[in-house]
Amino acid sequence: MILRSAAMSSSSSRSALSALLRRNALGRRQRRRHLPAVPLPLPLPLVLRSHSSAAAASSGSAWQPRRLEERRDRPRDCDYDHDHDRDRRPPIADEPDYDTLGPTSRLNLFTAINSAMRTAMRTDPSAIVFGEDVGFGGVFRCSQDLLEEFGRDRVFNTPLSENGIAGMAVGYASAGGTAIAEIQFADYIFPAFDQIVNEMAKFRFRSGNQWNCGGVTLRTPCGAVGHGALYHSQSPEAYLAHTPGIVVVMPRGPRCAKGLLLSSIRSKDPVVFLEPKILYRSAVEEVPDADYEIPLGKAEIVRTGSDVTIVGWGAQLRTLQATCDLAAREGVSCELIDLRTILPWDSECVVSSVRKTGKLIVSHEAPLTCGFGAEVVATLQQECFFHLEAPIQRVCGYDTPFGLVFEQFYLPDEKKNLDAIRRVMDYSK
Amino acid sequence: MQATAVVNGREPMTVVARSFSVKNDYRAYSSMPPHHLARKNNGLVNGLVKSTKVPRPIVKSRNQLKERVTLVLPDKAKEGADEEQQSHLTYVGNESMPITTELKIVLPEDDVPRGTWPVFRMMDESGRFRRSDAAAPGNSDASTFNNLPEMYDLSQLRSSLISRHPHFAAEFESSELLRPSRNDYPDTRSTNTLLRAHRQMIRLRKMDTILHNAQRQGRISFYMTAHGEEAIHIGSGSALKRQDVILAQYREAGLLMWRGFTLEQFCNQCFSNDLDLGKGRQMPVHYGSRALNYQTISSPLGTQITQAVGAAYKFKLDALANPEKEAAIAIVYFGDGAASTVDFHSGCNFAATLKTPMIFFCRNNGYAISTPVKDQYAGDGIISRAPGYGMAGIRVDGNDVFAVHAAVAEARKLALRTSAPVMIEAMTYRSGHHSTSDDSSRYRDTDEVRRATDVSDPIVRLDRFLKGMGWMDDSAVASIEDEERVAVLRAMEGAEARPKPRLDAMFTDVYHEKPPHLVRQEEELRLHLKRHSIPYH
Ligand SMILES: Cc1ncc(C[n+]2csc(CCOP(=O)(O)OP(=O)(O)O)c2C)c(N)n1
Ligand SMILES: [Mg+2]
Repeated sequence: MILRSAAMSSSSSRSALSALLRRNALGRRQRRRHLPAVPLPLPLPLVLRSHSSAAAASSGSAWQPRRLEERRDRPRDCDYDHDHDRDRRPPIADEPDYDTLGPTSRLNLFTAINSAMRTAMRTDPSAIVFGEDVGFGGVFRCSQDLLEEFGRDRVFNTPLSENGIAGMAVGYASAGGTAIAEIQFADYIFPAFDQIVNEMAKFRFRSGNQWNCGGVTLRTPCGAVGHGALYHSQSPEAYLAHTPGIVVVMPRGPRCAKGLLLSSIRSKDPVVFLEPKILYRSAVEEVPDADYEIPLGKAEIVRTGSDVTIVGWGAQLRTLQATCDLAAREGVSCELIDLRTILPWDSECVVSSVRKTGKLIVSHEAPLTCGFGAEVVATLQQECFFHLEAPIQRVCGYDTPFGLVFEQFYLPDEKKNLDAIRRVMDYSK
Repeated sequence: MQATAVVNGREPMTVVARSFSVKNDYRAYSSMPPHHLARKNNGLVNGLVKSTKVPRPIVKSRNQLKERVTLVLPDKAKEGADEEQQSHLTYVGNESMPITTELKIVLPEDDVPRGTWPVFRMMDESGRFRRSDAAAPGNSDASTFNNLPEMYDLSQLRSSLISRHPHFAAEFESSELLRPSRNDYPDTRSTNTLLRAHRQMIRLRKMDTILHNAQRQGRISFYMTAHGEEAIHIGSGSALKRQDVILAQYREAGLLMWRGFTLEQFCNQCFSNDLDLGKGRQMPVHYGSRALNYQTISSPLGTQITQAVGAAYKFKLDALANPEKEAAIAIVYFGDGAASTVDFHSGCNFAATLKTPMIFFCRNNGYAISTPVKDQYAGDGIISRAPGYGMAGIRVDGNDVFAVHAAVAEARKLALRTSAPVMIEAMTYRSGHHSTSDDSSRYRDTDEVRRATDVSDPIVRLDRFLKGMGWMDDSAVASIEDEERVAVLRAMEGAEARPKPRLDAMFTDVYHEKPPHLVRQEEELRLHLKRHSIPYH
């Protein structure tokens, strides 16, 4: 979407747009519905045109940033759940049975989020959606057309203040309402941290359960997007996960996003819902039209395997899925787990997998040190000490800010993950 | 420059743009409360001088003003002959603004057409009702009351005050303090609201003194008194309705008291016993009561301000959905220090923009711990910020229980009528230490404290009024003080004797349901306590 909007605002917008549309996996009807009529005024840097191969070559650089076509943000199916081994996965309590949910639509992540919010607002008259630029549909289009259906009182812009948005959400929920608030980018959630950490998270506890703000859901786009650099790429889940009292959720694709967001909105606890923005347009899935909820606090085994357990969340699942395919070609059977909820996380699921495989790799985009992977590792070494056959590996972002042109090196990609798999497999040879 | 304005749907009138000084420009587009606009602009409508022939329009609110006054450019400009002027008139978007050719930077003192915001007061230090502008003898002297109202007869008191002080007739007429309640108040077993207010101010003073001393004796861990601010608590508490949610800072216990929190409940919280509604989790004075619609106190300053906007927004939607139901507002209290927080700014800006029915109540008591207000802000207090946010506001004498009451009652009405926030700045003095962790003699003169308390203590002031009415004398006040002292001591001893909350309360309420990791951690702790024979229940 970022690419598209950038292209649209450029002078050759027509041809660039149609080229992008051709690549878009959305059906024609969907396309018409979901594309904004006007170019989006995205506060994101434009596509890296300046890093043309010529420029890079003339400067004598030994490497070049990936070309547009190679970039990860092209629409792609992410139908993890129809894998061959679906029947072998252990059942999850309260998990929806997608086969019985009725008709589906091909949605990408932002339309799935939109569908969840629409569903929530139809079923809960107290639900409101607000944040910066939310009225016209949001800079990522997640709230598009909501204002038309639910009116200005329930879908509205706020002044530009993240702590104000979070504080208002807490207050609205404290009065019994359902607040679905948006922080425009996770990189800008920090002004709201006082409200999240000291207020939202402690509201119930500090009042002796007289008051609560369980009606809060704070949605925010996170993660790398190809050209987001320092301030449009961060994944702050570990900061948030250090806060007892809130629930932290990150979906890996449209179908799971809809169910998780509906649970989050209806949860009796405040939820910070992190949406990997790379997936907004690039991840496409069959999403049930029905109203369904995915239980919070429950991980999902996305593919079963016997040699190595790999744990991740959010957009990283796509990388890990590809890694598992590469490993399979080398004869390594990986069990891939999506945590889905980062706090409170489902350690039981991971522990029982590692007791089976004896090897663990945790992978996330956020920096290594004190990343949430550290928490997974610490718990697993204690619970699975005698089952471990190799040192646990962490494949994460580096402990540096997120440099614009270095993104491809920064990311814990398939190759890095494959190397980690080879390393742990070497131990059990 | 000639311009035509359409005012109140009347005939277009010809107006002549005044040659603006920057000062006037600023005034024209500052979001000053309408009454200031009307008064201070001497009939200028949005900065335009009215033609002498046209009657002066009645300007009610800034928004109405925006709607009704449409600037039409003279033909010359329309034709594009004066492009510069035309573009200037729209350079801020859709809103027309007056132009000036005079370069003049507006100084802070120019900004405030009112000079310093006046303090609204009804009852002066001697307990008399006096019009501030009328020092004329006989105007307000309570001792010259010919026929004093019957002892404790509130209705008589009200009517005699009205006839005696017609200037305050409206305030007296609508004052709940001067109206008996339908049923007896449970704590005083009487319907007399004013006497209950008087007694509760004394009760609060006694409770504060005794619990402060209890901390000094090591019986509780911490305490904060509200010495000198009792009129704010009781005056505003009595002007609110039960459905109005209160979001307080920490020095507002009297509001909770007015709503019916008992001395036992206060003491249970301060002693963190098993009956504490907060389950022993928070430091003393962090009270809260769902039943009394008073949100639980949290220590981080200012955070309640943005939250109040959210609560008020809920009430606004409720009112739209349920017009028959009695409408509610949110009222948020904060200090002069907390008014410097980011939440203050966000909260004011959100409330004014989203139009939430609420009151921003600033207790300006001169200090934030040791920081005097001169180190806290450079402007005219907190209230001068209200127009900048496009918010109505009033500054009130925080030691005058009648004035606080009237200001809150009026602000509440305005907030509901306009579905918009109102700011109140109550001027008072923190005559106690900041908290039990503070010794204020290290940063302020004890003479300063004595001067402030001698002159304008809110309880003394109300005492004087009641004595002037013949409703109280020294011995009556002394016996109330005695009764309240005994009641506090009794409540405190009862609270102190009770057990601490059960260990369960450590792990519950973090989430709605205890998640598995907390179940494990609690088990671990219990095993640990058992292994080391550490007693707990
Ligand atoms: C965010 C934050 N910063 C600092 C403090 C420490 N603190 C507690 S009270 C206080 C002073 C507050 O002064 P004011 O708002 O004027 O209220 P008052 O104590 O005068 O009633 C300070 C600095 C705090 N509680 N929260
Ligand atoms: Mg203060």
